[in-house]
Amino acid sequence: MKEMIRLLLALTLIAAGAGLILSQVENATREPIKEQRRLQMLKALSAVLPAFDNSPDTDTITQQNGVDKKDRPVEVVFYRGRSAGQLVGTAFKVVAPDGYSGNINVMVGVAPDDKIIGIEILTHAETPGLGSKISESGFKDQFKGRSLDNVDWRVKKDGGEFDQITGATISPRAVVGAVKKGLEFYREHKAEITAEGVTK
Amino acid sequence: MSLAKDFSKGIWKENAVFKLLLGMCPVLAVTTSAENGLGMGLATTFVLVCSNIVVALMRKVIPSGVRIPAFIIIIATFVTVVQLCMEAWVYDLYQALGISIPLIVVNCLILGRAEAFASKNPVVSSVADGMGMGIGFTLGLFILGSVREIFGSGAILGFNLFGASFQPIILMILPPGAFITLGLLLALMSRMSRDKSKKTASEGHCC
Repeated sequence: MKEMIRLLLALTLIAAGAGLILSQVENATREPIKEQRRLQMLKALSAVLPAFDNSPDTDTITQQNGVDKKDRPVEVVFYRGRSAGQLVGTAFKVVAPDGYSGNINVMVGVAPDDKIIGIEILTHAETPGLGSKISESGFKDQFKGRSLDNVDWRVKKDGGEFDQITGATISPRAVVGAVKKGLEFYREHKAEITAEGVTK
Repeated sequence: MSLAKDFSKGIWKENAVFKLLLGMCPVLAVTTSAENGLGMGLATTFVLVCSNIVVALMRKVIPSGVRIPAFIIIIATFVTVVQLCMEAWVYDLYQALGISIPLIVVNCLILGRAEAFASKNPVVSSVADGMGMGIGFTLGLFILGSVREIFGSGAILGFNLFGASFQPIILMILPPGAFITLGLLLALMSRMSRDKSKKTASEGHCC
């Protein structure tokens, strides 16, 4: 019995010490991590939007896009870039669930005339050296200037106009499909999204 | 054993990757490129040295009945610290290593050194042991990652080696490539140490 109490006490003390250290470190890193995530977001936004002078990460509007399997609403956030008060582009995140491994998150920037300004791959887990080439500019640049009406939204292998990547068709197909769906959703809700007024 | 020996044994004689075959999960999973291998190796080395220090400091206080859970708590704490610090200050590396950072906890190399060395030796030699083992592990990951990157993407550390006409062997950066490369390297290593032990047969050690 005495031995058991000793063991319990030792482990409890060690765990408590670990908890104390972790809470201190968490406290010290909370602000830098928040800042890093914000910078990352702004970096992605600047890559897909023309020059803006507001902060699009706070000038947002949220639209509901149906519900997921568990009946939770799926929300799409639209980030609006403005220059001298004028809307110059809208960015939003689309998710390609049908990549080779895991979800591919893509940021899409659309000009007020519905043409794509650029896309940026935020996160993916595609095969390095193969599917991962979706994040190279050779692939991403194909989307510039495209809109729902001026291109066939399929990869070349499926009869469309987007180059697939040698040895990897699944990842480009997933990205092209997801961007297309995002554009369709954007078109349906364009009136609300581009409405004037800053919502925080 | 002398301090230098504690340090150097991890680099070749008891190399974690090629001799002890410890921590194979990160070894096989993250070595698709030399850079990833290097980053993972350094993060693991940091955790290994820290956990060795704390385990060696507390080796007389931790009752042997709960030493394994105690070691795990210590290791997990350092891994979380590393993860938070990386996310806060070296975000790019944090993104490149992704899921592998929390997996350092289950790297049996770290628990193995805590149990086999740090819990029985003073702090200074535990630091030497952790450094040596960590550097050996990093070296192993780096070599494996380099070989796979050279053949699988025709590049090293992101620099293209062969020009556009090179057809990369895609298999090498897929999971089977990890096993094939490791197997070939292991064969090469044992060949080298066999030759060496022939020459110094009088020493009479085996590994």
